[in-house]
Amino acid sequence: MTEATDYRPMWGELGLDLEKHDALLGVLDQVYTDVYLAQKNRPDGMGYFDFVMSEVHGLRIKELVDAKAAGKIVVGSFCVFVPEELVLAANGVNVGLCAGADFGTEQAERYLPRNTCALIKSFFGFSLEKVCPYLESCDLVVGENTCDGKKKAYETFKDMTKGEFMALDMPNTKSDEGHTVLKRAYLDLVAALERVSGKAITVDSLKAGIETVNKKRAAMHRLAKLRHATPAPISGLDALLANQVFFYDNPERFTDSVNKLCDELEQRIEKKIGVAPDTTPRIVISGCPMAVPNWKLPSIIESAGAVVVGEESCIGERGTQNLVSTDGESVDRLIENLVDRYFTIDCAVFTPNPTRAEHALQIARDTKADGVIHYALQFCSPYQMEAPLLERHVESGGLPVLRIDTDYSQEDVGQLRTRVEAFIEQIRH
Amino acid sequence: MRIIGLDIGSRTVKRVTVEDGEVTNHLVVPNHHDPLAVCDELLSGQRADRVVATGYGRHLYAEHREAVTLTEIRAAALGARRVCPRARTLLDIGGQDTKVIALDAEGEVAKFEMNDRCAAGTGRFLEVMATALSYPMSDFVQASREASGSRSINAMCTVFAESEVISATARGVDRAELARGLHEAVVRRAVAMLRRLPLEDEIVFCGGGALNICLHELIAKALGREVHLPPAPQIVAALGAALSVEGPDGSTKGRVS
Repeated sequence: MTEATDYRPMWGELGLDLEKHDALLGVLDQVYTDVYLAQKNRPDGMGYFDFVMSEVHGLRIKELVDAKAAGKIVVGSFCVFVPEELVLAANGVNVGLCAGADFGTEQAERYLPRNTCALIKSFFGFSLEKVCPYLESCDLVVGENTCDGKKKAYETFKDMTKGEFMALDMPNTKSDEGHTVLKRAYLDLVAALERVSGKAITVDSLKAGIETVNKKRAAMHRLAKLRHATPAPISGLDALLANQVFFYDNPERFTDSVNKLCDELEQRIEKKIGVAPDTTPRIVISGCPMAVPNWKLPSIIESAGAVVVGEESCIGERGTQNLVSTDGESVDRLIENLVDRYFTIDCAVFTPNPTRAEHALQIARDTKADGVIHYALQFCSPYQMEAPLLERHVESGGLPVLRIDTDYSQEDVGQLRTRVEAFIEQIRH
Repeated sequence: MRIIGLDIGSRTVKRVTVEDGEVTNHLVVPNHHDPLAVCDELLSGQRADRVVATGYGRHLYAEHREAVTLTEIRAAALGARRVCPRARTLLDIGGQDTKVIALDAEGEVAKFEMNDRCAAGTGRFLEVMATALSYPMSDFVQASREASGSRSINAMCTVFAESEVISATARGVDRAELARGLHEAVVRRAVAMLRRLPLEDEIVFCGGGALNICLHELIAKALGREVHLPPAPQIVAALGAALSVEGPDGSTKGRVS
């Protein structure tokens, strides 16, 4: 990884705990080398993502610092329900915040019960230990009221952020009232963004924001579709990485890089070049989001001799599905279009939420998957409770399902490996 | 063709030798901190065309010795069909895992469930509880069978259950009734796992836990049906591992890595 630039002065100015931050980067670097760089037959286009990851706390943060100096604002969030389109329209930069690793868990447990999911503990830990440069760069942090864990955690978290904190209200049913609630929340967000940035969101700026994000999502749709091919032209780990970088990177550059990767994958498909033989068992993962550097389950699956061909996940097809219409000549109309698109996200916090299971089965069919692994974080009630419903639906469609509940720790890797290997054996016979 | 199936479990290591499809001998020895040394000793002087390792130590063994691996799930399934050809459901209570496995009509794994990371409801759980009650294992089982009543234990976590047992004895609760309550707790958990699967044809109980006659009786009673108990339940997975080698060239079906 590149060590050319010394970012320590910048990290110091952001208020990071340099010693702990070094420790974090050391672990990240090691895990990345073991999990990613050790893979075989990777597309050349992944070089860009390797570079992004090597500079994830470096060059990208410098870009944020420079953007701020040029008058932009940085807006952080933890969820696909916070529209990047609005952030861009308000002259902002949108970033996903760190929530994918066990870090500062003891600190986090001073504020959170032990039986809180790993994702929530993680963002508390990153914040309390002062190791997330994204969080420390934020002018505004938007916390969405999705699951009980997050919305209650934000009551404590709101006083921990250096920038302003805003709670974004969320509906819990897909009713007309729910639609109204989401629209009102987005109008509140518009007001907050305009206040913090000092710039009004206009029809033109919002249309531009929508177009930028549409292109980014369209590139991800293209990538998802290329993964339907046999042999799989890209590993699940690499495709997951692209989905993860989606939340951090400059959107135009990201879109461009994903499209270049897709060009290469098209050539691979034509030449029948894959990351694994044609007969490799194909798996779809459905469930909780996997934020960087949570590569635990896909890494176990792919090292056990299968390939992941799709993710029904917020960091995956649930998060990127559908585009926003640019039809309309008022900000209100465009926000209505945003709500129409975001309201289709089938997150498990909605009740009922039948389209998620249908979507999982559809992805499995499109990708010609041999089985679905349902992934839930421990103590994540919405996904854990949907697991048996989804399992029944997918099994009734003729595909086997393995249910996994886990967290970010490594202690259960042996048992997970046994289950995943047994599932792959089951598929092969 | 002489194949050795080696099941490297958390508490014991099992060796089964199969020659031209028939079992010629088997042996069970305790495991310890150095499973590789235990395996070496168990295999010393044994001739085999092939070794198939299963159990939690399978990867360790295959990394250091000549062997292919198979998960204990599929190994148990293959072994169970040999000892009970009509087997469609398996309950395997081992040292640190409890597994239930549904087989299709052809004997292939159709679905399985496994306990989470902790030792709740496993063989180890009962061993710790026997010690907490100062019983040797055989007396613990017998006391449970003969107990006039049952004192139910609520905690399933081994650590919490141990404190619950100790505080109950401090209050003068009869230890035989506690022994019974602990067996019932394990059975409740195993039966709940079994109920998640379709129960067809024969149910087979295997693993070291199946040596516990009280567990067998209570499970059959809770399910209201017969549960097949193979003569050597502990070696079922090792047997399955040995039987997994099919072709005359030694090719192994279901090999993962």
